[in-house]
Amino acid sequence: MFTRRETLMSVAGAAVVAAMPAAPAAAQEAANIAKLPRKKVTLVQPPFVHEHDQVAKGGPKVVEFTMTIEEKPVVIDDEGTVLQAMTFNGSIPGPMMVVHEGDYVELTLVNPATNEMPHNIDFHAATGALGGAALTDVNPGEEVKLRFKATRTGTFVYHCAPKGMIPWHVVAGMSGTIMILPRDGLKDEKGKPVRYDSVYYIGENEFYIPRDANGKFINYKTLGDSFPETLKAMRGLIPTHVVFNGRVGALTGKNAMTAKVGQTVLFVHSQANRDTRPHLIGGHGDYVWEEGKFANPPAKDLETWFIRGGSAGAALYKFLQPGVYAYVNHNLIEAAELGATAHVIVDGKWNDDLMTQVSAPGPIRTN
Amino acid sequence: MKLQAASVAAISVLAIAAGAALLQPSHRAAPSLIQTVTIKPAYFAYRLPGEFLADGRVVDAARFDASPRHPLEIMTYQVSAAEYAACVADGACQPADSSGAAKDLPVTGVSYLDAVRYAEWLSSKTDESWRLPTDEEWAFAAAERLGDDALGNADSEIANPAARWLTAYRERNAREGRDTLPKMRGHFGANSRGLYDIAGNVSEWTSTCYTRTHVDAAGKSVQRTENCGVRVTGGQHRGYMTNFLRDGKSGGCAAGMAPDNLGFRLVKDPAPSFARRLWQGMARG
Repeated sequence: MFTRRETLMSVAGAAVVAAMPAAPAAAQEAANIAKLPRKKVTLVQPPFVHEHDQVAKGGPKVVEFTMTIEEKPVVIDDEGTVLQAMTFNGSIPGPMMVVHEGDYVELTLVNPATNEMPHNIDFHAATGALGGAALTDVNPGEEVKLRFKATRTGTFVYHCAPKGMIPWHVVAGMSGTIMILPRDGLKDEKGKPVRYDSVYYIGENEFYIPRDANGKFINYKTLGDSFPETLKAMRGLIPTHVVFNGRVGALTGKNAMTAKVGQTVLFVHSQANRDTRPHLIGGHGDYVWEEGKFANPPAKDLETWFIRGGSAGAALYKFLQPGVYAYVNHNLIEAAELGATAHVIVDGKWNDDLMTQVSAPGPIRTN
Repeated sequence: MKLQAASVAAISVLAIAAGAALLQPSHRAAPSLIQTVTIKPAYFAYRLPGEFLADGRVVDAARFDASPRHPLEIMTYQVSAAEYAACVADGACQPADSSGAAKDLPVTGVSYLDAVRYAEWLSSKTDESWRLPTDEEWAFAAAERLGDDALGNADSEIANPAARWLTAYRERNAREGRDTLPKMRGHFGANSRGLYDIAGNVSEWTSTCYTRTHVDAAGKSVQRTENCGVRVTGGQHRGYMTNFLRDGKSGGCAAGMAPDNLGFRLVKDPAPSFARRLWQGMARG
């Protein structure tokens, strides 16, 4: 008899055996990389993004990141519903990394001994070895270092992909985003530079919390305990929560995003598992890289943009009116009932030319 | 003359019969053991609910000193889940959408219509006269726990309608406690009038309809539209909810903050005087 944990571990262990170590890189290439400047970046909690240059200064670098995997229960709504979560660096979504095309991403992935599960990381931006997953399997108490070259520009999802239980790890919170900027920055459809004053990173997740016989969400004692029924709920494909940044209301109220009239904001939106359709109520997407890949010209003046499950997109918007904007998944049931609503608080002068209330609501006149 | 005397006699016979019936309430009626507080009339600072417009822009309602004309008898606690369940068991109320099953939790997940049904049922059960408070009565009973929903009439707003939306948003966030799980009755303590849990995390239905009022330069109402499909709720902040909604969260718009929970407490009107009961008895009989 195996305990549940042993069973879970042995499934992941098979993946480790199957993954052959990478062929040694040519000595010359290694020497070249060794000569590159290195830069250590401390990641920050979403919706914020670490400081970065929009236009690269100097040549390619090796950019070092460290992420520690944290398994922990997290509250995902105002009713106190608990998700037995798995996270990159403690947040849902995992933090966003920013590098430039031609840079090398060097990630140290730490799986502390306090965790129950083996984990790894699949970068959609990386080439080979299942996006790095086959080279990064770490059991509790281990760490691993992966380096990959940022060869394609755009916003890309990363997620945990342990063999046999990929979807569970992903819907339990293990996904994030990396943005690889062109060395000369973003450009419009004519190749003219496009810049942003700030960037917000929205990670959308859908959760599948099992219910008891009375319809109440079950609060499991451990991650392992939550697995069998969560899998059953997942197979129904109907999420109980659809949220931005890990919980209902994570980006509202005191934690609402902010901007000023005249400022340009880049909204990066990722969904590792399921299609979504961001929409800024009362605003637009001036330039939108729906698929998130900057080698393609941005679409212009979009009302709603489509983010394919398993991808991250980017939308750039210059705010023209003050007010309280809602940034939603425009499946409005998911926005209003399941949680996929964020707010942007925008200060500044009202533009009467763009909109005015010609006469205030009052009784209907008969003459 | 004769005719008149005969009719007076007839009335008195009727009155005695009606009076006897009233003095000996038999069937279902049993006086309630519901705890109430009776508050003597006094002045309090009050703003009318609804939306006020001056010159086509939204302004705060004027604050004035209001006072009830009669003593107000109101429930000490919000109606509990157990009390509400009795009405459901009697077939007079719809089951609530409460999240908690504990008997001493306030009932939540009830609409205005549910609250009215409960008041009617309770009145018939007790032969007393229970109803929802008006917004003004609720505000009076709330005493020092009554929040002021004024946002200020800054000049900058004349040119910027968004200023008021932003102020309202920030104001509500500042008050955000965000523990939205209903608590056992009494958890939020009593106010100075002895009412428990006022402005806790359960907003209370009132009978007052939503109104939009245009005022002139002097602040006098010049036109008014009323929408009784929306009723005023009292709580941490005053709310306006569609009367059939049971969950405050579904009632707010995309950019608003909605009440955490919806419940209620009732007001008891004084028993009619003997003469009035007599008159009512005659009218019935």
